[in-house]
Amino acid sequence: MTQRFSVRHRWAITAAVLACFLTSAHAQSSADTLYQRATAATCANCHGTDGRTTEGSAIPALAGMPKDYMVLQMKAFKEGTRPATVMHQLSKGLTDAQVNSIATYYASLKR
Amino acid sequence: MQRRSFVQASLALGSLSTLVGCAFTGRIPEKARVVVVGGGYGGATAAKYIRMLSNYKIDVTLIEPNSAFVSCPISNLVIGGSKTMADITTPYDKLSGNHGVNVVRDYVASIDAAKKTVTLASGPSIRYDKLVLSPGIDLVLNSIEGLQAANASGQILHAWKAGPETLALRKQLEAMDDGGVFAITIPEAPYRCPPGPYERASQVAHYFKQHKPKSKVLILDANPDVTSKGPLFKKFWADNYKGILEYRGQHKTVAVDAKTKRLKFEVQGDVKADVLNVLPTMRAGTIAVQSGLANANARWCGVNYQTFESTQAKDVHVIGDSILLAPGMPKSGHMANSQGKVTAAAIVAQLSDLPVNPDPLLTNTCYSFVNDKLVVHVASVHQYDAKDKTYKTVAGSGGVSTAPNELEGIYALNWAQNIWADTLR
Repeated sequence: MTQRFSVRHRWAITAAVLACFLTSAHAQSSADTLYQRATAATCANCHGTDGRTTEGSAIPALAGMPKDYMVLQMKAFKEGTRPATVMHQLSKGLTDAQVNSIATYYASLKR
Repeated sequence: MQRRSFVQASLALGSLSTLVGCAFTGRIPEKARVVVVGGGYGGATAAKYIRMLSNYKIDVTLIEPNSAFVSCPISNLVIGGSKTMADITTPYDKLSGNHGVNVVRDYVASIDAAKKTVTLASGPSIRYDKLVLSPGIDLVLNSIEGLQAANASGQILHAWKAGPETLALRKQLEAMDDGGVFAITIPEAPYRCPPGPYERASQVAHYFKQHKPKSKVLILDANPDVTSKGPLFKKFWADNYKGILEYRGQHKTVAVDAKTKRLKFEVQGDVKADVLNVLPTMRAGTIAVQSGLANANARWCGVNYQTFESTQAKDVHVIGDSILLAPGMPKSGHMANSQGKVTAAAIVAQLSDLPVNPDPLLTNTCYSFVNDKLVVHVASVHQYDAKDKTYKTVAGSGGVSTAPNELEGIYALNWAQNIWADTLR
């Protein structure tokens, strides 16, 4: 009896710990998604909300842009191998991790 | 399959109710989770992005006295004559229609940060969980003797808030005889839009060169030198507006005489001009000053830069031109839009019991037209530094144009279209 209670008790603790872990993992992933969207939104001033520009825009849309392509272009802007008016200056303000996160976000969106 | 259809139907119903709910603009709720005061680049962006980043779960009420947004960026082209007021005006209806922001057309008369309420000029009070203040700037007209009356009578304009004065200044220039003088005075930095006065002077010089070639532009700057894009502006003026535009630094305006059209300075002799455009000292928007939030020199609002929460009042966030700037940060529309997004993310995190982003990031891009087509820019990236609790411009990033160019002229107009959409649609 004591033994059985103890097992049940242990299960309850395990479940509670697991639930707690899952909740905090969920919270962390919600937080990470929020930060990723907010960081990507710094591009939206020029490239449109969620990377969708206004019709006929000379500034390219980012929504649906393949991730590897965007990462390479940002690298080219940074290194000066792709000429630019402002992007060579802005790209130098972003870390590789920020570029990776931004590129992942826009690649996940529909055009 | 059935479950999926149910979920889809619920989502559709959810967005439908959002759309129905927001069709009634001007609905005054007793309680809104977030109240945003001021629908400019900062406030409108914050309102939209709080809705978006909360997956449309947080109610947002935006209080704005104007019926439509009129952009300060590009407004100098209206004064120069190459754009119209319609070109720089965007209605607020898409903020409600597309994003369910409840837009109330009113002023905020007072804020009670202890009770967490704002009281509208029309009477009702609204309770909030979070308040975002983005009231722009207040022009301190009485800092220059004679300016308050001269401005009230429409004789001496600032046109530093795009709107009726923008068009009125254009009309003054059109009415001026060829051979006249346009004088613009600039206050000591910081003020809204550092390169703005130099862009405006360039626009007027371009207009004179085309249509009134005997006329002159005089820049009378309280600062010792051009405060933004200096070498670019000065080279273009020397190459293109020689004999038309003259720049004088260290000219602090202290008084105006609307009758004799004279400007008086702290040190130098009086200057007479035909069209006077006087920009006085600026400070945080009236409601922020009245509410005791302007705790830096009684002019600007101190904020915790990670969240833009006021250092004076809990759950009140201040963004845009009203704040005390971090080093290298300009008072610009693009910056206010960026701050609106960082604040939106912080508020969504706080209201969702999530930790606030430890590394927020701001960008700025600012284009100035030196004539109707050629443009120069300044760009910067500002990373939050948790140790020093401020933003720092990222070393090696940012910079200016090498020379005025037409490609950036195209980008500048496209920037405007996209940021207006990002802020308001």
